[in-house]
Amino acid sequence: MTALFAALLALWIVGFVVSECRPAFQQIGLTRFVTDDGWNPTRGAYGVAPMVAASVLIALGALLLALPLALAAAICQLAYAPPWLARVLRRGLELLAAVPSVVFGFIGLVTLVPWLTRIAPPGASLLAAALVLALMVLPTLTLMVEEALAGMPHAERAAAAALGLSRSTVVLRLALPRAQRGIHAAVLVSMGRALGETMAVLMVSGNVVQWPRTPFTPVRTLTANIALEMAYATTLHRSALFVSGLLLLATTVALLLVAAWRIAATRGEPTHA
Amino acid sequence: MRELARGRQAGERLLAGVAWAGAAIVVALFTLLVVDLARRGGGELSWNYLVEEPRDAGRSGGIASVLVGTAGLLALAIGFAVPLALGTAIFLDDAGAATASRTSRWLAAAVRRSLELLGGVPSIVFGLFGNALFCRAFGLGYSMLAGGATLACMVLPLMTAAFDDGFRRVPSADRAAAAASALSRSTTLRHVLLPRALPLLVAGIVWSVARALAETAALLFTSGYVDRMPTSLLDSTRSLSVHVWDLAMNVAGGDARACSAALLLLLLVFAIQTLARGSLRWLLRDAVRGSPKEAA
Repeated sequence: MTALFAALLALWIVGFVVSECRPAFQQIGLTRFVTDDGWNPTRGAYGVAPMVAASVLIALGALLLALPLALAAAICQLAYAPPWLARVLRRGLELLAAVPSVVFGFIGLVTLVPWLTRIAPPGASLLAAALVLALMVLPTLTLMVEEALAGMPHAERAAAAALGLSRSTVVLRLALPRAQRGIHAAVLVSMGRALGETMAVLMVSGNVVQWPRTPFTPVRTLTANIALEMAYATTLHRSALFVSGLLLLATTVALLLVAAWRIAATRGEPTHA
Repeated sequence: MRELARGRQAGERLLAGVAWAGAAIVVALFTLLVVDLARRGGGELSWNYLVEEPRDAGRSGGIASVLVGTAGLLALAIGFAVPLALGTAIFLDDAGAATASRTSRWLAAAVRRSLELLGGVPSIVFGLFGNALFCRAFGLGYSMLAGGATLACMVLPLMTAAFDDGFRRVPSADRAAAAASALSRSTTLRHVLLPRALPLLVAGIVWSVARALAETAALLFTSGYVDRMPTSLLDSTRSLSVHVWDLAMNVAGGDARACSAALLLLLLVFAIQTLARGSLRWLLRDAVRGSPKEAA
């Protein structure tokens, strides 16, 4: 009975969000969400394209910034750091993975934004949001990459040691190729988190609805838009916000499904050890 | 030959350098982050801050009502989620038995997969759902009850996964012994499965508390952000995380107080995580099977 509730909860959420979307679908229509020039619900403009672009660019930027660091840190933990240090690092990252996103947003607001303001006013911008999100996804990303890299079978490790292969050969030629799918999955999961993140982005991105022309442009993401307008939105406007929620839901679920498929493919792969 | 060897050695050093530098940057970034917050917010933290009510939109006074609201939200979330997660985990355990029917196996796989996906749904979407269902359809309005119920939905995947893991770690010898003694399903559950799974039941609850405490976006338009002392479950209330957001974004001159609240929130989350790890370790101290890390 309760299990049925748990199974249905997912469907229920989708169903509820879809049903709240219906007025918007009927009266605005899907195409206008793309073609309308700008977002101004009081004047009947419902174009979400600039916000979608901002969301995607911020998430991509965050991943681009975080992935090299995560890779380097994971390789260090695995191949270079002494075991005690690797363990301390892992514990630290596990702890940091639980830091509330509002805390990341706040730190970004009081330290990063004033600093960026001096370089390129107004400071709150696409770049600020990407930097804060990079920091936010870093702990989990590093942990997942490390886990993927550590998947090398013992026999293979022993064989590499017996052959006298150097550490860089073991890391770059053996561990990395094997971990590829796992790393892809880690990136996709982090991407889903970055796209769906609200608070951290809301606090540092500037929240102006416009096309992101430079990294220093203040932008508004889909998530921030919902958080900002939900409190006072009524009727059609409210329904339009649910449409953007549905879009977010569909995108993150799709990313997770691909990630799960990548991970499943790794498990099914025959080991050559 | 020597040239080649030298080139290889340089490559070796390069990778080592990059790896160490990467790790050092990660450590430095997070150390800076925590130290900066502690420096900014540490001065304001005091006993009075915890027990006084906020005044002047939180610019002065304390956070007593916010702490009460947070505790209420967490208690409601855990109260709603535990029975649901436990029921689901017991069902999944049943479906894993050799005698389970094909339909229930299929259903179990579907439940696991849908919970996995639910775990990745953005919190703002949970907020939309909670607003539409609990605030509107159930007529609860912005209230502690609606916020708690929304949080319960959010932590359900995490909690169920931990409970499920706990049951899966019960040694099959124990189950066989229970079956051989002709114990009924409920006796087996109460005297064999639950005690054996206890470490992960506790850890699952503690992890869920940490997750719920960290949540902000799902609460903005389910529990709202009134900062008065809540007197009933139907009152709108604000959690500590929402307090940080409101002070930082909506209250001019609220930054200093937002720092203290953010620092307190961070310390609480760290303390809870450490508690979860410690208690899991202690409870698993004589269980040989598996390490607590796998459960995380």
